[in-house]
Amino acid sequence: MTENSTPDLRVSIGGLKLRNPVMTASGTFGYGDEYAEFVDLNRLGAIVVKGLSLRPRQGNPPPRIVETPAGMLNAIGLQNIGINAFIKKKLPFLRQLRTPVIANFFGDSIGEYVRAAEKLDNTDGIHALEMNISCPNKQAGWSIFGTDPKVTFKVVTEVRQAVDKPLIVKLSPNVTDISIMARAAEDAGADAISAINTITGMVIDIKSRKPRLANTTGGLSGPAIRPVAVRMVWECYRAVSIPVIGMGGIVSAEDAVEFMLAGAAAVAVGTGNFIRPGITIDVIEGIRSYMKSSCIRSMRELTGAAQC
Amino acid sequence: MSRLFTATVTENRRIIKDHYLITLHPSGKIKKPGPGTFFMLDVNTGFDPLLKRPFSLHRWLGRDFQLLYRTAGKGTYLLSKKRKGDTLEVLGPLGNGFPVRKKAKNIMLVAGGIGIAPIIGLAEALVPSKSVIKKGGMHKNLPVLFYGARTKNEILCTDDLRSLDMEPIISTDDGTLGKKGNIVNVIKRYLTAHPSRVRDSVFFACGPTPMLKALSTFAVRHKIRGYAALEEHMACGIGTCLGCVVQTSRGHKRVCREGPVFPIEEIIW
Repeated sequence: MTENSTPDLRVSIGGLKLRNPVMTASGTFGYGDEYAEFVDLNRLGAIVVKGLSLRPRQGNPPPRIVETPAGMLNAIGLQNIGINAFIKKKLPFLRQLRTPVIANFFGDSIGEYVRAAEKLDNTDGIHALEMNISCPNKQAGWSIFGTDPKVTFKVVTEVRQAVDKPLIVKLSPNVTDISIMARAAEDAGADAISAINTITGMVIDIKSRKPRLANTTGGLSGPAIRPVAVRMVWECYRAVSIPVIGMGGIVSAEDAVEFMLAGAAAVAVGTGNFIRPGITIDVIEGIRSYMKSSCIRSMRELTGAAQC
Repeated sequence: MSRLFTATVTENRRIIKDHYLITLHPSGKIKKPGPGTFFMLDVNTGFDPLLKRPFSLHRWLGRDFQLLYRTAGKGTYLLSKKRKGDTLEVLGPLGNGFPVRKKAKNIMLVAGGIGIAPIIGLAEALVPSKSVIKKGGMHKNLPVLFYGARTKNEILCTDDLRSLDMEPIISTDDGTLGKKGNIVNVIKRYLTAHPSRVRDSVFFACGPTPMLKALSTFAVRHKIRGYAALEEHMACGIGTCLGCVVQTSRGHKRVCREGPVFPIEEIIW
């Protein structure tokens, strides 16, 4: 291969073809429109929208975010405009783009998950579904859809049976062994896995002795969690044969490549969008330069190439 | 005119202990920021702190702009160390700003502590130029400024106010300047003494939450309109993180998009 040949950044995730492997992580890119001023949205691999539920949700009371060393803790509480408003008000803008749209969704019960998924599956302009299983399960007391492999298997199975579009399951890192959760999702018919969601954390103000978040605990994101995320992507990659989408503190192309070497077929940039809108384009161009200078022709040569 | 730009520090001057005035020169032309809008500043290139910091516009100088800030944490400390010639990445102007209506009667500006920062810019936008005043126009509509601070030394921008011909009504917590006590009590006494001022009046306020809350309670009781500039921790500044919401009578509203200026009666404290 000569220095001038162009690397091929295309990837396929459960049948969904992306022009490059860089997506936006749910909850960090709104519904895309807010970023149009700063990012050529047509250059992104995919846009993953803010998590949607059947009905609109007000979310948690403020304060909702607090900064931590190299990271941030958030407890937004899944505030969103609801699927109907999304389809009516936000999707028409996204439909004009060439970039695939992935709808992140969640529910309070298996029934709600299924109904939300069906609605999104039957809507034009949505190319894949990403299921957030890191939310409390009303039916089973305090347990969470994403921490009990049997519950994960059940909810993913039911959603899988209800939808035709590619189904991505976004895993919670708040488990002892994420590979068990990844296998449960794969066995239930998931087309791909997103890893990881935020890591539960807590910050206390030592003057007032009160938690800094109204919700007491929140989800940690940003560069602080990257090594944990890379490790978990590597564990998922070894456990399943479906593609893994890696995320957790990616703010540069080097970070993205690290995830790919650990086994990610694609990556998502999350908190990095808050640090600097437009960061996604730098990550894409950086991956291209890295591949060029390392004589890597396709993404397949990178995924899982870490020598462990 | 991108709202993401690089700016060069032309001055970063300590005014009094913990209080600084920074002047920034954007690399290109930027959108004219209105009073009460804000900018997000990248105070360091590393990851601690991770996020940009929001600062309300103090004064717009036509091309450059000034921010007046008090050092409170790591971010503002790092900002205070910036020197002339340093560059930083800036996002802005952001937010809605104050609804400036020059024809409004009986404008009452209310500032508490470092909350004076956007109020000065607002006063400059509201006060007619001296030539207009000389011709006898609009003189009666000069806004009244109520300004509360902890102590005499922390009463800032006195030169700016003088050049605007504004005589602020001041209170300090320790009584070293103006009335002793909180500024909202001063406003109550002022309006008792000037009942005609209550009609057709409007508050524009910025300051600590207890002050805004007390002002809001008073304004609602006396049916006086008002607008308050709020601050809240925020990550993105452009409406996507949903981290900066406040509770209002119309549900959660984002300080960065629907705000930072809200009708005072809508805020649920």
